[in-house]
Amino acid sequence: MSGQPVRFFQVGSFAAGNRLLPPELRSVQSDATRANALTSGHRACQGCGEALGARYVLDTAMRATQGRLIAVNATGCLEVFTTPYPQTSWRVPWLHSLFANAASVATGVASALEAQGRSDVRVLAQAGDGGTVDIGFAALSGLFERNDDVLYVCYDNQAYMNTGVQRSGATPPAARTATTEAVGPEPGNPFGQGKNLPLIAMAHGIPYVATATVADLHDLEAKVFKAMSIHGARYLHVLVPCPLGWGSAPAATIELARLAKETGLFAVFESEHGELTASSPIRRPVPVEAYLRPQTRYRHLFDDAGEVGRPDVVARLQAMADANIARFDLLGGER
Amino acid sequence: MLRQIEGSQAVARVVAACRPEVVCAYPITPQTHIVEAIGAMVKSGELPGCRFINVESEFSALSVAIGASATGARAYTATASQGLLFMMEALYNAAGLGLPIVMTLANRAVGAPINIWNDHSDAMAARDAGWIQLFARSNQEAADLHAQAFRLAEEVSLPVMVCMDGFILTHAFERVDVATREQIEAFLPPFEPRQVLDPAAPVSIGAMVGPEAFEEVRYLAHARHLDALGVIESVAEEFAEVVGRKSGGLVAPYRTQDAELVVIALGSVLGTIHEVVDEARDRGLRVGALGVTTFRPFPLEAVRDALAGDARLVVLEKAFSSGFGGVLSTDIAMALGGATARLSTVVGGLGGRAITETSLRRVVDDALEGRLGRLEFLDLDRAAVERELAHMAGDRRSGPIAENVLRAIGAGTAGIAGRRA
Amino acid sequence: MNELPFAISLEVGSSLANRTGSWRVERPRYLDRMPPCNDACPAGENVQRWLYLAEEGDYERAWRVLVEDNPMPAIMGRVCYRPCETACNRGQLDEAVGINAVERFLGDLAIERGWRLPEPAPDSGARVLVVGAGPGGLSATYHLRRLGHTVRLVEASSALGGMMRYGIPKYRLPRAALDAEVARITEMGVDVELGTPVRDLAGAMRAGGFDAAVLAVGAQLAHRAYIAAADSARVLDAVSLLRSMEGEEPPALGRRVVVYGGGDTAMDAARTARRLGATDAIVVYRRTREKMPAHDVEVEEAAEEGVVMKWLSTITQMEKGRLVLEKMALDEHGFPQPTGELEVLQADSVVLALGQDADLSLVGGLEDVVVRHGALEVGDDLMTGHPGVFGVGDATSAERTVTTAIGQGKAAARAAHAWLSGVPLERPTRHELATFELLNTWYYDDAPKTMRRRLEPARRTGTFDEVAVGLDESDALFEARRCLSCGNCFECDNCFGVCPDNAVIKLGTGRRYEFDFDYCKGCGICLQECPCGAIVMEPEEI
Repeated sequence: MSGQPVRFFQVGSFAAGNRLLPPELRSVQSDATRANALTSGHRACQGCGEALGARYVLDTAMRATQGRLIAVNATGCLEVFTTPYPQTSWRVPWLHSLFANAASVATGVASALEAQGRSDVRVLAQAGDGGTVDIGFAALSGLFERNDDVLYVCYDNQAYMNTGVQRSGATPPAARTATTEAVGPEPGNPFGQGKNLPLIAMAHGIPYVATATVADLHDLEAKVFKAMSIHGARYLHVLVPCPLGWGSAPAATIELARLAKETGLFAVFESEHGELTASSPIRRPVPVEAYLRPQTRYRHLFDDAGEVGRPDVVARLQAMADANIARFDLLGGER
Repeated sequence: MLRQIEGSQAVARVVAACRPEVVCAYPITPQTHIVEAIGAMVKSGELPGCRFINVESEFSALSVAIGASATGARAYTATASQGLLFMMEALYNAAGLGLPIVMTLANRAVGAPINIWNDHSDAMAARDAGWIQLFARSNQEAADLHAQAFRLAEEVSLPVMVCMDGFILTHAFERVDVATREQIEAFLPPFEPRQVLDPAAPVSIGAMVGPEAFEEVRYLAHARHLDALGVIESVAEEFAEVVGRKSGGLVAPYRTQDAELVVIALGSVLGTIHEVVDEARDRGLRVGALGVTTFRPFPLEAVRDALAGDARLVVLEKAFSSGFGGVLSTDIAMALGGATARLSTVVGGLGGRAITETSLRRVVDDALEGRLGRLEFLDLDRAAVERELAHMAGDRRSGPIAENVLRAIGAGTAGIAGRRA
Repeated sequence: MNELPFAISLEVGSSLANRTGSWRVERPRYLDRMPPCNDACPAGENVQRWLYLAEEGDYERAWRVLVEDNPMPAIMGRVCYRPCETACNRGQLDEAVGINAVERFLGDLAIERGWRLPEPAPDSGARVLVVGAGPGGLSATYHLRRLGHTVRLVEASSALGGMMRYGIPKYRLPRAALDAEVARITEMGVDVELGTPVRDLAGAMRAGGFDAAVLAVGAQLAHRAYIAAADSARVLDAVSLLRSMEGEEPPALGRRVVVYGGGDTAMDAARTARRLGATDAIVVYRRTREKMPAHDVEVEEAAEEGVVMKWLSTITQMEKGRLVLEKMALDEHGFPQPTGELEVLQADSVVLALGQDADLSLVGGLEDVVVRHGALEVGDDLMTGHPGVFGVGDATSAERTVTTAIGQGKAAARAAHAWLSGVPLERPTRHELATFELLNTWYYDDAPKTMRRRLEPARRTGTFDEVAVGLDESDALFEARRCLSCGNCFECDNCFGVCPDNAVIKLGTGRRYEFDFDYCKGCGICLQECPCGAIVMEPEEI
C-alpha cells in the first residue's frame, strides 16, 4: 500500500530487504542501524510472533519519530518476557502500569507531553488481545472517543497466552484453549458473534485504523509510518502467531500469519475516519484447512491421518473467511 | 485570602495554585465540585499549561495520572467511595511505582447498600495501598493539606491521598483562608521527578519483580513511608512559615494535658468532638481529644507521646472491619504497645448518619463512668436490629439485610432518601 | 538518570546480559547449495552467480564470472539447448528464467564493448597440442592458455569453429558472433595451424615437442543407411549439406526435399532446405515425436517455418523424383516395427541425417588409446589410455552438443594442467542440490518470463538472418532479476529481519550475515523464511 510504482526487483517488496532497491526504499528492519527497540536477551518463547511484531512496530515508530518515542505497555506476555527484574530488553522509554489501563496511561503520557509543550515526542501504547479487546476495552474506547494523540497497537495472538492459553474475546471459533477444551459435541471455542476490534475502532471514527500481520513487513511498516504521520487516536491491530498457544512449530510463525491473511480469515485493511480506504488482496488463495492443519489448537478438526474430520466446522470457518473476502474485497476487484 | 467559600472550591483553588499539568476527572459524588471547578479554570484559560482530561472511569482517571506523572507532569485527580475501589488496582500501582500523584478522596460510604453519604470505609479500604493518607479536620485544613500534599509527594516520591469528609466538608461553606498563588510558589518548588520517561535518557519503568527482590521493594517503600513522617512535620512547619498558619502534621492533640479521657478520631468529626471536650471541661471533666491527621504512614511515636499517661481512650470511627471492629483503634492500640483495656471503640456516622454533640456527650459520660464496652455502635436502632436478628435466627436465608432492616423500622428506601434530601 | 528506583525501574538494554542462546537445541547454519542451473550446465557455468551480478546491472563482472568457465557466451547464448532452463526452479513457479537470453545479451555486450578475456598466467613451460578447433578444442585452448601453457591449435579445415561453423546454420549462429568469440581466444596467444589434419598424433607430438594433447576432432563422418537407391536418386548427407553452406555455391536441392532422421541435424537440414528455396521440406522419421532426439525448440521452429514431419516412417526405396516409405508401428517396448504398409512420396532430393562418427585414425599409433563404438574411451579426467592425451567432445561418447564440448574442453584443460603439474586433479565437492522444496517462493515477485522475440516465420524462410532476436538491456535486467538465486544467499535481509531475537548480524553489502549464538534460540524462522534455501538447521551439541 506504499504506492510505489510497479517495478520488478527480484523479491520486490516481499523480503525484508532488497539489495537492488535504493536504501531509502528498503524496510526499516533491513537496516543494520535499526533501533532494535526490543533487543536480544528477552525471554519470549522460540519463534514468538509478538516479539517480532513489537520490534517491527517500535523500530518503525522510532524511525518515524527520529527516536522521540515513549512506549506504554499493558500487562501480558510482552511485558513479562521483556522486563523481568533485573533486566529489560527495551531501549525506548517504556512504562508498564497495569493490564487494563495501557490506553489511559498512554493518554496520561500524551497529556503530560502536551502540557509540557513537547509536541516532538510521540506516544505508543501496546497490549495483547486480552488487554485490548477484553479487560482494556473501556479505556481504549475512551482514548478513541477523546481522540487522544496515541498510536495504540494490539498484538493479537488470539488468547491469554501469558496465563496459559485461556480464551479471550479475540479467540477464533473452534480454537482449543485451556478454557475452551476440545471436548464435547462442540469442541473448542464456541461460534459467537466475534469481536472485531478494528471495526469497533472504525466505528469511533478515529483518524486511522489498520490491520497487519508479521508476515508482511513492508505493509506493517508503511502502516506504522502512516500512523505516525497523523495526530489523534490511531489503532493498529497486528496478528502475531503464538507457537505455544496455537500449537505450531516455532519456525512456522510467519508462515501462519501469511496463511491467516491468504485464507481470508484475517483481513488486512486500512481505514481513515471510519471509512475503509484499502485492503490487501490475497495473492495466493488457499482454503482455510491449510491454515488450520499445522495448529494443534485445531487438531480436533482433523483425524489421525490429517484428513478433515469435522467438515461441518471447517465449512463454517471457511464461510467466515469467505465473508471477509467479500466484505473487504480481498480478491482484489479494483486492484 | 479569607473568604466564605465551599470546601470543594477552596480545594480547587489551592490545587490550581499548585499548577498541576494534568488533571483527570470522572464524576462521582461528592468530589465532583472540585474537578468541575478546576475544569472550568482550565477551559477559561486561567490555568495555562494544564490539561484537563475527562475519562471514562475512575480506573482510567488514576491511570491517566500515572502516565502523566511518569512523564514528569504534576498530576491530580479526585474520587470517592466506589470510585476509589474501582481504581484500587491503579492505587497500588501508583504507589508501587513511586509516582507523586495527589488525589482528593471525598470520603463516602462504600456499597452495597449504595449510599452517597460520608463515612471512612473508602479510605480504610485503601489503607494498605501504599499511599500517604492525610485527613482534614476542616476545610481550611483540607485546602492547606493539598498544597502540602504536592510538596510531600514530590519530596518522598509517593502518592498522597487527601481525605476530606464528603458533604460535611466538600459541600460546606465556611470561612477559608485560601493560600495565594504567590504563597504557594514560595512554598512548592517545581516538580523534579525521581524518574521520568524521556527519549533522551530512556528507562524501563514498571518491571516484573519476582521473589528475589519483591520483599526488598516493599521494605524500601515502607522505609520511605517512615521517612515521610519526618517530612510531613517539616513540610507543615515550612508551610506555617510561608503561609502563617499551622495545618497538617502528624497528630493534632486538643486539651490532652492531664486528661482522664481522650477521644480519638479522623477528619471533620473532630470539630464536634472539640465542642464536646470544651463543654466537658466546663463541667470540670478532664477530657481531651486527639486528631490523627496522618493516617498512613501511621505516626506510632507521635500517638504514643500524645497518649502518654493512663487516660481512658475512646476511638470514634466512621468505618469498621466487619467481624472484627475498629480499624484506627487497632493502630492506636499498636502505638500503645498492644491491646489495652483503656481503649473503647465507638463506631458511628456510617453512611452519613449525623454524629451529634448529644450522643458524643453520652459517650464521654459513659466512658468516664466505665459504662462503655470495648466496641459500641453510636445511636444504633437496637430494636430494629434485634428484630432482624430474631427474624434471621428463625428463618435462615440469604437476602438483603438492608431491605429487611428498613422493613423492620417501618420505612421504605424512598422514604429515608426523601427525608435525607 | 542518577539513581533509578530499586527493581521497578531498569537500565535500558540490560537484557543483553541474558544469553538466551543456551535455550537452543538446534542451530542454524548458512550454506551455499548447488543451484539447479549450475548443476545442469554441461559447461559448468556458475549461472546463479553471473545472474546475481547481472541483476545489479554489473554486466561486465557478470560476463567475467561467466567466462571463467565458458569463453563463448555469445555463441552459447544462441546454440545451447539450455539444460539450465529445464532444471530452473522458477519453471515450477511460473516459467524458467531466460538464462540463455541473458547469456547472449552479456556475450553480445562483451563483443560490442570489446571486453578482453583474462590475461594468461605466467608461462608454465609446458606445450600442449590441441587437435580440432571446434567448441571443445577452443575451450580447451582457452583454459590451457589461462593456466599458462603454450598451446598449438591444429585444425583440418580452413577456418576455426568446427561444427559451430560447419554444422550450425547461420540463422542460428551468425558468423560475426562466432568469429568475434573465436578471435578473442586466439588473441590470447595461440599458435594456430589451419588446414592441417593430424594423421599421426604420436608423431605430431614428438615432432612438436608436446607434453600433452587434447583431441577434439569432432564427428564429421556421416552415417549411411542401407536403402535401395537408384543411381538417379539425388541423395546427400546432412553434414555435407550444412558444411557446403559455408562454401561459395549453395547446393541445388530442388523444390521437394525429404530429410531422413530425427535429430537436431535433421531439423537444421530441413530448415536450411527451406531457406534454399524448397517449397516442401519433409522430415521422415521412423519413430514418434516423443521419441525424436531433436530438441523441442528446433522442432517447433522448424514447424513454424513450414517443415512437415512424417512420423513412424522409414524409407525403403529411393528413385529419381520419388521415395517409397513404409509405415512403422511401435511395439510394446517402444521400438518401431515395420507394418508392410507402403506409401509413395514425391521428392527431388533426399538428405540423410542419420548421425555421425568420428575419424579417429590419428590415434592409430598409440596402442594404449582405446576406441570403442567409434568413440575415444576416456576416464573421469577425460584422459585416454595414453598418459597426457585427453579426449573431448563429439569424438568421445559424450552428448553431442556445443555446451558439452565446451565443458569438456575446460575439464580436459584442468586435468591436463594437473597432470602436467604432477599433482592430483582436485575436484571441488559438489554442494547439495537446491531443490524447489527448499525455497520459500512467497518472497519472489510475480513475473512471467520475457518472451525472447523471434523473427516472423514468413521472413525466415527466405533468409539466413538470425531467427532469435536478442534482449535489450531492460529486458535482460528483468530476466536476470527473475532468478531465484536457489541455494545461494542474495542478501535479501529476510533472516536479519525475521529473527525474533535479533540474533542475526548483518555484515554489510557482499558480506552476508552471521548468527549471534549468544542469543539465537534456534526457532528456525530464518530457515523457514529464507527465500533461497541457504540456511540449514543442525542439532545442537549439548
